Amino acid sequence: MARKPVKKTRRQFMVNTAQAACSVGVVSSLIGGYAANSSASDAQALRPPGALPTQDFLSACSRCGLCVQACPYDTLKLASWLDNAPNGTPVFDARKTPCEMCDDIPCVPACPTGALDPELTNIDDAKMGIAVIVDRESCLNLNGLRCDICYRVCPLLGKAITLERRQNPRIDYHAILEPVVHADFCTGCGKCEHACITEEPAIKILPVDLAKGKIQDHYQLYWQTDQAKELEAGPDLPKLNIAKPESK
Amino acid sequence: MKQAIGSAAQQEHGMWYAHRFLILRRLSQSLIILLFLLGPVFGIWIMRGNLASSTVFDTVPLSDPYVFAQLLFAGHIPEANAIIGVSIVLAFYFFVGGRAYCSWVCPINMVTDLAAWLRRKLGINAHTNIPKRLRLVILAATLLVPLVISIVVWELINPVSMINRAIVFGIGYGWLVLVAIFLLDFAVVRNGWCGHICPMGAFYGLIGKVRLTKVTAVNREQCNNCGDCYMVCPEPQVLKPPLKDAKEGVSPVINDSDCTNCGRCIDVCAPDVFKITISSN
Repeated sequence: MARKPVKKTRRQFMVNTAQAACSVGVVSSLIGGYAANSSASDAQALRPPGALPTQDFLSACSRCGLCVQACPYDTLKLASWLDNAPNGTPVFDARKTPCEMCDDIPCVPACPTGALDPELTNIDDAKMGIAVIVDRESCLNLNGLRCDICYRVCPLLGKAITLERRQNPRIDYHAILEPVVHADFCTGCGKCEHACITEEPAIKILPVDLAKGKIQDHYQLYWQTDQAKELEAGPDLPKLNIAKPESK
Repeated sequence: MKQAIGSAAQQEHGMWYAHRFLILRRLSQSLIILLFLLGPVFGIWIMRGNLASSTVFDTVPLSDPYVFAQLLFAGHIPEANAIIGVSIVLAFYFFVGGRAYCSWVCPINMVTDLAAWLRRKLGINAHTNIPKRLRLVILAATLLVPLVISIVVWELINPVSMINRAIVFGIGYGWLVLVAIFLLDFAVVRNGWCGHICPMGAFYGLIGKVRLTKVTAVNREQCNNCGDCYMVCPEPQVLKPPLKDAKEGVSPVINDSDCTNCGRCIDVCAPDVFKITISSN
């Protein structure tokens, strides 16, 4: 190559190397800080079915939009700069357009990088988020009315949302039918949030990390212990009549 | 009085011939945008996705090697589809030259070319000296940071991807980035974005170290020193050695991988000094 050879002293070489390293450091800390900050907004994003957990997803998604174009209902969008999700990643707004839970899940095989897990083949196993009654005070059912819309539109009818009968303390002889979400079954499709008839939805889909608490491992729920199961199965003892939601 | 840049070539070869590479490039850039738009707008699905990853006729996968590298450094091993897609793209740029991406494919190029053209027309010389190495520094950082925090970083702000997404999936706030890049190139740094900052271009430059298609100053002894090629070249530092250092035994082939194979030097040269050639190093 053509450039005239320049004599370089060792000192010059060291200085140049240090300068290059420091420059990389400066740029790295700037864009690294921005990235860390912006990925925090991911906590609010509803992802397509099969999306890997946040950190893995953000290292895997190439922002190509193939999942968006594969979606037959225009549910998915690519986040733009000012959205509550890292730029260019696929999200959906359950209130506007919920996931229709296609049987063949076309968005997943469209993903070229595996950011949407190809092992997801049954849409009922998807975990896009979890429905949460965010405002008990504005839920019509919890006010004693028979709205029931979230219960009725749920694709996993009677499993992901059940109506639990409670006494209405305001009028002692009427019941409240409380919609109760069962996280084991809820896929986070957003049909309930979309259908909720109040001005602002009383039920919303939250990403799993936001929606779920976690009990420490040392707590033992007696109905989940082997002993309780034995007791329940035992022939000699009277059956324990345990009220519990259906579980997977 | 100095003639307008390229006018000698226009007198010699005619208007169209003196813009042939420029026209071909604009056609190439527009065609790529059109192919990606045909699906969402008219339902004709020749290409799906965008420049980061796409499929042609729902079968052939294509993936951008720089985006792919960022995923790898963030610790994600992509599916076979993406690996095949990257291999196809790498093979393509081995033939046409890495930075052919910059001048024949990248949508930003039309904006930076517009800024450079306006600068020449209006005689704007404002230029802040920043080292061309900066893009390599940014490239290093965009691969190092994902290595540490396991998040793809540059794609959060990569204007090239952003504009591409904006065109295919709705413009959104993407135009703000175009304005920023235009202003940078127009009034702050000559060839500022493509020539100094863009790590994507730097990456394609590294890929292009090994390439078959190169511009060669085949008739360099015919050069009449008009300087038009230097004026239009987005990376003028690549021109001088092959063009002028024949005495030092320098090959007339432009081997510097910063060359984008845009062919503007061929367009504007009245004595036909340059040619596109196929040659190995």
